[in-house]
Amino acid sequence: MLNNQGRPTAAGAAGAQSHPTFTGNRALMIEEALLFEIGRADVTGVDLDEPEGIAFSSEVGTGSREENASGKRAFKHRLGGLERKGAIGLVGLSEPETMRHYVRLSQKNYGIDTGLFPLGSCTMKHNPRLNEKMARLPGFADVHPLQPQSTVQGALELVDELARWLLALTGTEAVAMSPKAGAHGELAGMMAIKAAIEARGEAETRRVVLVPESAHGTNPATAALIGFVVKPVPARADGTVHVEDVRALLGPDVAAIMLTNPNTCGIFEPQVVEIAAAMHAAGGYFYCDGANFNAIVGKARPGDLGIDAMHINLHKTFSTPHGGGGPGAGPVVLSARLAPFAPLPFLRRTETGLELVEDRAAAGESRPFGRVTAFHGQMGMFVRALAYMLSHGADGMRQASEDAVLNANYIRAGLQDLMSVPFPDHPSMHEALFDDAWLKDTGVTTLDFAKAMIDEGYHPMTMYFPLVVHGAMLIEPTESESRAALDLFIMALRDLALRAKRGETERFAGAPFHAPRRRLDETRAARAPVLRWTPPEPVRDAAE
Amino acid sequence: MRYLPLTAEDRSAMLAKIGVDHVDALFADIPADKLLRGPVDLPRRKGEAEVERILSRMAAKNVPAASVPFFVGAGAYRHHVPATVDHLIQRSEFLTSYTPYQPEIAQGTLQYLFEFQTQVALLTGMEVANASMYDGSTGTGEAVLMAHRVTRRNKAVLSGGLHPHYAEVVKTLSHMAGDTVVAAPPSPKADEDLAALIDGETSCLVVQNPDVFGNLRDLRPLAAACQARGALLIAVVTEIVSLGLVESPGAMGADIVVGEGQSLGNGLNFGGPYVGLFAARQKFVRQMPGRLCGETVDAEGKRGFVLTLSTREQHIRRDKATSNICTNSGLCCLAFTIHMTLLGEAGLARLARINHANAVKLAEMLGDVRGVEVLTGAFFNEFTLKLPGNAAAIVERLAAKGVLAGVPYSRLAPAAGLDDLMIVANTEVNTDEDRAAFVGALKEVV
Repeated sequence: MLNNQGRPTAAGAAGAQSHPTFTGNRALMIEEALLFEIGRADVTGVDLDEPEGIAFSSEVGTGSREENASGKRAFKHRLGGLERKGAIGLVGLSEPETMRHYVRLSQKNYGIDTGLFPLGSCTMKHNPRLNEKMARLPGFADVHPLQPQSTVQGALELVDELARWLLALTGTEAVAMSPKAGAHGELAGMMAIKAAIEARGEAETRRVVLVPESAHGTNPATAALIGFVVKPVPARADGTVHVEDVRALLGPDVAAIMLTNPNTCGIFEPQVVEIAAAMHAAGGYFYCDGANFNAIVGKARPGDLGIDAMHINLHKTFSTPHGGGGPGAGPVVLSARLAPFAPLPFLRRTETGLELVEDRAAAGESRPFGRVTAFHGQMGMFVRALAYMLSHGADGMRQASEDAVLNANYIRAGLQDLMSVPFPDHPSMHEALFDDAWLKDTGVTTLDFAKAMIDEGYHPMTMYFPLVVHGAMLIEPTESESRAALDLFIMALRDLALRAKRGETERFAGAPFHAPRRRLDETRAARAPVLRWTPPEPVRDAAE
Repeated sequence: MRYLPLTAEDRSAMLAKIGVDHVDALFADIPADKLLRGPVDLPRRKGEAEVERILSRMAAKNVPAASVPFFVGAGAYRHHVPATVDHLIQRSEFLTSYTPYQPEIAQGTLQYLFEFQTQVALLTGMEVANASMYDGSTGTGEAVLMAHRVTRRNKAVLSGGLHPHYAEVVKTLSHMAGDTVVAAPPSPKADEDLAALIDGETSCLVVQNPDVFGNLRDLRPLAAACQARGALLIAVVTEIVSLGLVESPGAMGADIVVGEGQSLGNGLNFGGPYVGLFAARQKFVRQMPGRLCGETVDAEGKRGFVLTLSTREQHIRRDKATSNICTNSGLCCLAFTIHMTLLGEAGLARLARINHANAVKLAEMLGDVRGVEVLTGAFFNEFTLKLPGNAAAIVERLAAKGVLAGVPYSRLAPAAGLDDLMIVANTEVNTDEDRAAFVGALKEVV
């Protein structure tokens, strides 16, 4: 109830200073203690009913059959003497306390729904809530991976339908659906390449994988993980890989090239077809990192360009939520040359319906290289991705890619007179790359500039990646931004850029000033790592 | 298109600002003969209602666990997830955020990861835990690679009680990496002599507890055998609720513990997304895969959290990294940690007791069915039946009678020749009516 009688209604003293608060809170920005500082061992937010007619004796695991206080038959456990002896050390919260703890934590996070999230190479696009609703249908969310296949035909149909869309969009022959994320799809794709090379009897001789210096770190890490030797392909001055540089490295020892296209500089590799042909002529395979597929969905098909394998980050291109770092989903499409080696499980159509082939003996003609995960893949993500595809349709996805590319070039056009573009000779695809040459002698670094963006209400762009560009700033707006949002973003960055050039370094060096935390000391975190909560000393003494 | 804010007018104005006539000028680097001139051959855009209709029709062809008496487990378990969990994980700021690369505006994610790491370390009885893996099976593969790094050996020994899918993941990875795997044959009664398989070349022994057949195993003699030969003991837990009642792997001497965390906070989802738990002794922390969240302070001295020890990771170390993992299971570990917070120590212990009591009750009932033998002596909420016939066929017949009864072992390992074994799980969601329906139907089909 609000009584306006006798209550001052003016805005108050505008000149008054803000001051520290008793709680450390700042109105809606509330400090939240750690769970272990507010929880208690004996508190629970879940009411569980004891099973009827059976009760544990108070001391778990005594195996007593005596009647307990409530008159129920004491229960004889079958834990074989392996019951837990001591307390775990966990704490609990009641339901209202739980709500408050996690709601307050959520308010310290920046998400796509908060504002523009131009994190290059990560494709932070809108996450439609229809997709969330569909993934929660009991027919998808509440089915077990090992139920009889006759009881999950609709789930298999969904996986098959998603596979059909992925094959049509990529122009490829087969797709392995089970990989759990992009890097996992990459691993599965490279394993298929290794299996194909083994089948040719060249496992001992073809061990080199070519990786451009501009590649994502996962590429060399993946190749090395399964015993390949990584050889870098030098970057050219225009930000692309040239076929002559690849040819110079080719030989009977080369198994594959791992190339990102569009590449990490935001450029479509103009010689990709020639590179693929050269690779094939030399007996190797072409692995394409599909992280940047969002630029070309419906505009070009990787299969037409000559790729042999490419993972697809459903959490980038097809809008399944990033969720603070996962879960992802990384189906990997395969060319006809690699299709026979696709991992288990895979789908097959039979007279009675869809069959999930889970075993080598049942694989028939194909020669699966093995299994990369338990069960069949990220079903929850498949539902979301298919909902996205059905909603957009072939026409909408093509438009989305065009808009993503348009938005990135619009940002570049709006900033290129103030900020330096390292590769001006190529149009940008879905992300605009700047370097830090324009910050020379200003005393402001790429990191400072990024942190100042936080104060303006933006998530920073990807910075210091790709490694081939000094002080890189990689801006990917995605198709989800309106022209007005882009205009404001451009104006805010122009304002910051002008301030940097004018030498207003204090605005940058200390940034962010208005976030839930100021700049955090990462050196200290790594020097003496504290990776979990431990009780404060006095409490621990008392417990001993 | 409802997800695309740009209008035709916007697009023209923006192209003019960029200085090109047509959007295809921006795609000029694509070879002209590869540039598609129109949409690919797939259906056109659809409204929300139509998409709902299509997907709901597919969903309706499946039999959801809640609609029938349901006893399927073997690595994924149906538990009740409080409504609070699903509400909270759909908060925009959790759902639509990225890996916390900018810690000043990601303290929400970082703090729950720090709390999650603490919960996992406590549950498993280990000193440190990471911020999650994709799932239990891939985590097991990573644990074996980690053991190879720590011991500088490359032979892994797998228990015959390890989930066959997990064993396949390890074998695939090891084959590709050029490492050696010695896999013990399936041991439905947990009577294998694993210590005899460990030698001076062995980097690790991988043992699941409870194992895939449901057996509880005493890890202490195995830990001693590993230690004597300089190998690491990797314990795998696929039913994390068991740790509310069963001694932790850490307390029994494990060096690395891998878990599937799906049971808490996460639905069955036909196999994914799930959440891999990964914990180890402190001295191995710099050999761990995956993200780690650590405590620090900000410029004003306030406590805060950051991703740390990233020099192990692919984006810094590239081909020298401990793993190629990048994405983890962020939102699934949020669901796990919220459910764990709601349960607390008291709730988890109670949940575990109910699971065990229900399972014992069902085992006693099934053991009374003529021709059916319960093979498992000590178990938590899952056990194995020896049936008088082909288990896969019996499971199909039970499904036809409206009971989803269990997993035939032959589905997991067709070549093992154990066609008469069925793995049965019983959690807190199963009622006396469910159990009676199961036993009644089984009597009819065997």
